[in-house]
Amino acid sequence: MPAGQDGIGAASALEELRSRISTGNARPVLAEILAALATLLDTGQETVIDLGAFPFAPGDERLLDEVLGTGEVQATLDVLGKSHVQETGIPGIWRIDHFDQRGESLSRFVEITFIPEILKTQRADAEAGLARLTDRLAEFDGRAH
Amino acid sequence: MAQKPMLPELLKAHGVSRRGFLKYCASLTSLMALPPMLAPKVAHALENAPRPSVIWLSFQECTGCTEAITRSSAPTIEDLIFNAISLDYHHTLQAASGHAAEAAREAAMKDHWGEYLLIVDGSIPVDNPEYSCIAGISNLDMLKETAEGAAAIVAVGTCAAFGGIPHAFPNPTGAQAVGDIITDKPIINVPGCPPIPIVMTSVLAHFLTFGLPELDDLGRPKAFFGETIHDRCYRRPFYDKGLFAEAFDDEGAREGWCLYKLGCKGPTTRSVCATVKWNDGTSFPIQSGHPCLGCTEPDFWDNGGFYKPLSAPAGNYRQLGLAAAAGGVALGVAGGALSKATKSRAAKAHETVDAHDLEKKS
Repeated sequence: MPAGQDGIGAASALEELRSRISTGNARPVLAEILAALATLLDTGQETVIDLGAFPFAPGDERLLDEVLGTGEVQATLDVLGKSHVQETGIPGIWRIDHFDQRGESLSRFVEITFIPEILKTQRADAEAGLARLTDRLAEFDGRAH
Repeated sequence: MAQKPMLPELLKAHGVSRRGFLKYCASLTSLMALPPMLAPKVAHALENAPRPSVIWLSFQECTGCTEAITRSSAPTIEDLIFNAISLDYHHTLQAASGHAAEAAREAAMKDHWGEYLLIVDGSIPVDNPEYSCIAGISNLDMLKETAEGAAAIVAVGTCAAFGGIPHAFPNPTGAQAVGDIITDKPIINVPGCPPIPIVMTSVLAHFLTFGLPELDDLGRPKAFFGETIHDRCYRRPFYDKGLFAEAFDDEGAREGWCLYKLGCKGPTTRSVCATVKWNDGTSFPIQSGHPCLGCTEPDFWDNGGFYKPLSAPAGNYRQLGLAAAAGGVALGVAGGALSKATKSRAAKAHETVDAHDLEKKS
């Protein structure tokens, strides 16, 4: 065995240990998600769960990811820093992670909804877009004549 | 006085989309520990809230609080909100000085009597008020005069909230906290040496949107001071497993194990340092390898050595600690429930205990 391999093995074992540290909070959150999805289908009521509102260790994240999986839609928003919006493998359940301009996590949510609000074009932005497009067309027409 | 722009105009002027504003409100709602479904209400309230006049008084302090709050390398919405308030007096930041500065304060008080928000950093010398004066006015007189017309007061930093370092033994100036002097106004204590900038701006945002936040028994917003640093520390799993750094250069320190034995006050210190962090979310003391000093708690400077493990006196504390350990509850939770007097006796006794002792006896 090459020198130092034991040390590398111990380090990776420690890393593995770290990734499995759990608070036990993932299972109750999954139960809440299940109930929220049933409510969405029954009544249309949306639910947002703030993952920053309670202790959540790497092992909890791991369990959440394993159970929910990865779905068909993944979007990255470039708005005051990145935001990752991803539909999980269970349609109607979305993971939303907001980051600041430096890439630091701002907030993390699970949204139980047909479409997260942050993905929709906001009316105020569309109004600004209308004005911008009007200006650009006027400028274009001015150049063309 | 010129009409101050409302937040939507400011956002538009800075190229922030409505979607960006919604993102900010979602994160702010999370930070304020409000239910996530309230995010649209936060957005609506922030858009329509009138910008209050703010008078900021600095007394016996090191300017660290102002440094922290204004320290930001990139413009953020927090900055915009902070700029959107009408900061009518801040003698460190304003261009005017001397009598012209005082005239600005008096004008703001007159124009917004009963409505302005008063922010104070620094403690107030009471035994001999002449120890600290501004334009010939003692801090004590200026505080009393300005507090009279304030809608509410925010005591920023541990000096204003609890007396802080000027109040440390032997307290040569007779330093007192704002709350020791003003008793007839709502006071929000935002301690920290200095406080976390985003906590400060979030408290302002809460004041703008929902009025006074819910406070704990020390006048601190529960949203930011409801849990101990230990509760949310990323090193907490090592504490639970009994893995401790014993010195700053040992294997435990290199591996990032718990700093409890090196004097960390995280178990008895309430703050969001471990989650919100400092310097735009870069790090916090424990992440940098240093124990928490407990700077958001009263008398942190006099509560025993920074590098000694939390003290444990004989008697009730030990019973509480053992009961907590036996029940699987962290020592810090029990320690946090102790009365101030008990903690003070513990600090003087300097009877130390570590997790190994607790584990052996439980």
